[in-house]
Amino acid sequence: MTTFLRSVAAEFAKILTTRMWWVLALVLFGYIGMLAGGLSALFAGIESGAIDPSGGGAGGQGVPPLGSIPPLIYSFASSVGYVFPVLLGALATTGEFRHQTLTPTFLATPRRAGVLGAKTLTLFVAGAVFGAVALLASVGFGALVINAFGVDPLLGDSETWTLVGRTILAMGLWAIVGVGLGALVPSQVASIVIVLAFTQFVEPLLRFASAFLDWTAQIAQFLPGAASDALVGASIFTVGAPAAASSVGLDWWQGGLVLLAYAAAAAIGGYFASWNRDVT
Amino acid sequence: MPVGAEIEFKNISKTFGAVTAVNDLSFTVQPGRVTGFLGPNGAGKTTTLRMLLGLVKPTHGTATFGGIRYRDLPRPLATVGAALEAASFHPGRTARGHLGIYAIAAGLPKERVGAVLEKVGLAEFADRRVGGFSLGMRQRLGLAYTLLGDPGVLVLDEPINGLDPEGIKWIRGFLQDMAREGRTVLVSSHLLSEVQQSVDDVIIIAKGALVHRGPLSSLDALDAALVVVDSPDRDALEVALAAAEVQFSAGRSGLLASSSDPARIGHIAFSAGVEISVLHRQKSGIEESFLALVNGADTP
Repeated sequence: MTTFLRSVAAEFAKILTTRMWWVLALVLFGYIGMLAGGLSALFAGIESGAIDPSGGGAGGQGVPPLGSIPPLIYSFASSVGYVFPVLLGALATTGEFRHQTLTPTFLATPRRAGVLGAKTLTLFVAGAVFGAVALLASVGFGALVINAFGVDPLLGDSETWTLVGRTILAMGLWAIVGVGLGALVPSQVASIVIVLAFTQFVEPLLRFASAFLDWTAQIAQFLPGAASDALVGASIFTVGAPAAASSVGLDWWQGGLVLLAYAAAAAIGGYFASWNRDVT
Repeated sequence: MPVGAEIEFKNISKTFGAVTAVNDLSFTVQPGRVTGFLGPNGAGKTTTLRMLLGLVKPTHGTATFGGIRYRDLPRPLATVGAALEAASFHPGRTARGHLGIYAIAAGLPKERVGAVLEKVGLAEFADRRVGGFSLGMRQRLGLAYTLLGDPGVLVLDEPINGLDPEGIKWIRGFLQDMAREGRTVLVSSHLLSEVQQSVDDVIIIAKGALVHRGPLSSLDALDAALVVVDSPDRDALEVALAAAEVQFSAGRSGLLASSSDPARIGHIAFSAGVEISVLHRQKSGIEESFLALVNGADTP
């Protein structure tokens, strides 16, 4: 085996010898499952007429057109779940700094760029597995509930399976973004705070606010979350957005390249920011 | 049997900003001997060892194993085993899981993990999480890591810190066994007394610079030459010493005579007909010359 493949095997062993990966996977599955199940009941209920949207509210003006419900629900796996592979990736890097395991790592494999490359590849695969777990929840619970309301869950549709494949790709890329971020910000606490604040608050707000003007929407389509949604092809974020936003959006392959660029920039920047520095 | 390589530091220096941590160090460490790398805390020992292992980039100079830099070693863990600090573990991993990762990374057979855990006496804790280990157990796990590749060179930073008396005795024997097998053993400490019983050679640094190198006995020769002598009739002894023009001062357990030769002091007393109750060379001289060397660096 080459040094690189041995490093990849060692990075997999690092993930599998602690509990973090399955704890995160479990929370991801439960979270996405509940969201997909609950919201498909709401949307499919409205679509089938089982729920009357104008019934409860005072200003009952109806809901904006949802488009096709199944891809919207299935895309929760990445549009909501992407924070999990980012966290996994960030913890994989910051944990090495926090627990000083860079020392035994670099003693066993002194060529550091190779180690970071191996970590990147490993986390890409781990992120893709997270993607599969999230899809199991979103498609599994989503299709079940949608079907129960008599709406076609589109499981025979090739576009659904394209979405599944691209979601797995997007989740793998997100894990690399996490690896790079962890190297850019080696403090574990700071890294986690940045991930949570950016994904849960800053970016959704930016995407929402930018949608009102054309020129801001042009910029916002390059935000990592927007690029990821473009890659996947559907997202709850594009539903009900003002008109300006709906005309703006990257193609799926453009979104993929933008997300890849973020991942590569973070990993390469992290290499110079901390990875290749003195280990003291 | 693994063969030890010679470690060579050549004009190695490291500056952190305006601070010079290590200043132009040059020395070699020979196989088949235990070499103590000594100096007070903050003398630059750890930085020097980290430069040797490629973890810290030297500002100037090189450090090599048989002429090869660490990062250029074809099989690093099978050449050099290093333990640097007591806490390089993820607390959630088991001892076996921890070592297994690096055995995979270095391409070493899986059986080595069990073998080294056995060797350091951690076999029964192999599947416990490291988070619950005592400092002594962590030290042993660090040592197990160094032995994974059965290397010919061992580099240990303060391995005795945190060990209980039994562990200290064990590691002393262990270091000597390793050297006797032909390995190169470099072990740092800030206390000479900690390693005095197991080292053959000493390298002493203070403030990042070399202050002494040589066999342990060379510290003895540096001893401030003092003989402790006492008599039931101390006044008569003082007169006799003064008559023989020997400098002396009053110590706790007798007079401290400025001489490196107890026989001469004994002869002076005998010739003067003074009974002697104590006569020996000043003890713990090695520790004192160590401290004198280290403190001497304060006033260059």
